[in-house]
Amino acid sequence: MADFPWRPPPWRLEKRAAPSAAMRIAAPLIAAAAMLATGFAIFAFLGREPLTALYMFFVEPLNSLYGVGELLLKATPLALCGLGLALGFTANVWNIGAEGQLTLGAICGGGVALFWSSELGRLALPVILLAGIAGGAAWAAIPALLRTRFNTSEILVSLMLVYIAQLLLAYLLRGAWRDPDGFGFPQSKAFDERIILPLLFDGQRASIAFPLMLALAALSWFFSSRLFAGYRMLVSGQAPAAAAYAGFSERRNVWLALMISGGAAGLAGVCEVVGPIGRLQTDISPGYGFAAIIVAFVGRLHPAGIVLAALLMSLLYLGGESVQLGLQLPAAVTGLFQGILLFYLLAADLFVGFRLRLAPRAVTSSA
Amino acid sequence: MNAEFLIAIITGTVVAATPLIYAALGELVAERAGVLNLGVEGMMLVGALAAFAVSVRSGSLFAGYTAAICASMLLALLFAVLTLSLQTNQVATGLALTLFGLGLSAFAGRKFLGLPIEGLRPLSLPMLSDLPIAGPLLFRFDAAVYGSILLYFVVERVLNHSRVGLQLRAVGESPAIAHALGQPVMSTRYLAVLFGGATSGIAGAYLSTALTPMWVEGMSAGRGWIALALVVFATWKPLRVLLGAYLFGGVTILQLHAQGLGISVPSEILSMLPYAATIVVLVIICRDPKTILLNQPASLGKSFHPDA
Repeated sequence: MADFPWRPPPWRLEKRAAPSAAMRIAAPLIAAAAMLATGFAIFAFLGREPLTALYMFFVEPLNSLYGVGELLLKATPLALCGLGLALGFTANVWNIGAEGQLTLGAICGGGVALFWSSELGRLALPVILLAGIAGGAAWAAIPALLRTRFNTSEILVSLMLVYIAQLLLAYLLRGAWRDPDGFGFPQSKAFDERIILPLLFDGQRASIAFPLMLALAALSWFFSSRLFAGYRMLVSGQAPAAAAYAGFSERRNVWLALMISGGAAGLAGVCEVVGPIGRLQTDISPGYGFAAIIVAFVGRLHPAGIVLAALLMSLLYLGGESVQLGLQLPAAVTGLFQGILLFYLLAADLFVGFRLRLAPRAVTSSA
Repeated sequence: MNAEFLIAIITGTVVAATPLIYAALGELVAERAGVLNLGVEGMMLVGALAAFAVSVRSGSLFAGYTAAICASMLLALLFAVLTLSLQTNQVATGLALTLFGLGLSAFAGRKFLGLPIEGLRPLSLPMLSDLPIAGPLLFRFDAAVYGSILLYFVVERVLNHSRVGLQLRAVGESPAIAHALGQPVMSTRYLAVLFGGATSGIAGAYLSTALTPMWVEGMSAGRGWIALALVVFATWKPLRVLLGAYLFGGVTILQLHAQGLGISVPSEILSMLPYAATIVVLVIICRDPKTILLNQPASLGKSFHPDA
């Protein structure tokens, strides 16, 4: 029987008796190494000295205190979104609209910051952050409701809502929320100094959002490995039939996954606008919500891995900017590296469940 | 409302629907074989750039479309090797394909931003194209529009009235049984995914050479995702894909012509319409779980390997 593409290959894949724990951890490292090798090839192909380019991409951004601050700054929203998404992915809930939930978080938090910050006094910053979380969660409630009530794919709904959220932000900034003294730019007034997140230390831009994110990562670890609710989500993802037999409610899992991931993405969004941006504007994120999908997978859906993966992904953003300045390469090389990294990871994952055997096929039925 | 305006709306609808028809018919074939490829958006973007770049450099739109088909098929092949041969998760791999296509096209497309291109030209038949009403409604579209309708007939015919189509549907419903009966499950799925890649390439090419003849980063603006939604909306039936695409094309065009109709709604709110409409129709179709259960290919999104 002709079954293309590879038959008979000189090797064969043999299913492991149990998934290899070592390979699970090694796969992201293999993928990162393969990405570096591909980067080498890409830079050589583009006629740049590859080692210089790689140095400029991966090392130079971290040469200064400011650079390290930027690394933490960009890793924060990536990890926040990634942590929430990963919880959903383990439970087979595919929220891919974190970018939209992030935008809604920025809109709600930014709205409070614009209109109520003086009335709220010292409570302003906490209320703003809570508003951001609520905004993101509310946006994620739409796919949650439609999936649990009307059986509608959360993948497509959450994604459509990204476009709607971005248009909503553009609408507000062109109209009611626009800074009257902003020369017609679609942006709001700059926020009051008092409601900007305090910096970690001077001389760089990372704020207390980074340690906040670390605390939430620890909380997320506690939730998924120590609480029954987390266990229920894991079982629903790994063995839906067993979860149904045990009487675990799918509806509750879907809601929980989307509320947590939406809230986390909303927090990421509001931390950007009351952090490094300092106002509402139309472009608040260079696709953090989408890159967070890669972060979640590269981080093995585990909180510690996600924080590390977010740092790596953040470095990819910084590297893109660095080679744009230094080598006149488009910063979009970042997106290219992100996609390549995820592909390699998915391919490397094959070896978690299978091992390569160089023996020829034992039985051939064709004469 | 005068006749000329009405004709403009109808022709605009047909043109706006054309890329959706290509992308959704290709995805429909892949899904009927049991493979869920969420990378349509990425393949469309790469197709759009390939068509634009090659057309600008070579001066030939035909070469551009060929390049778009090849480029998108390469991405589809990558997806097929990962999900079919290497058994990766189809949802995750499809998302990766979209993110990769976005990054790749943005990266490689820098040089082509803002360049002019002579887009796909409308048909011009002596006599027929100049007819008063039938002319613009029937004989003045570009070749890709007629191609999309031809593609519908071919897909419908092959899928539902041929041996190959029966095999493909069998593979999508139950790969294990199809395999046991001696059907080539893997090659059927490979070809179905590659077909989806090719049509996504044409859909992308149509965006950058006809609908808005230029190259802009991320110019598909969610159309790949809308095409995926259309397949669900169509309950995996080709005719409904065609009708659904015209419905969406109509929504897009009404939004453009709203000002002319005297509707004063902010443009951002109007631009939300196609996305909101997607959500609404998905809800209407999926509301009854039986509709999905009865129509969705039974093995959709599940890995199958003859050796495993």
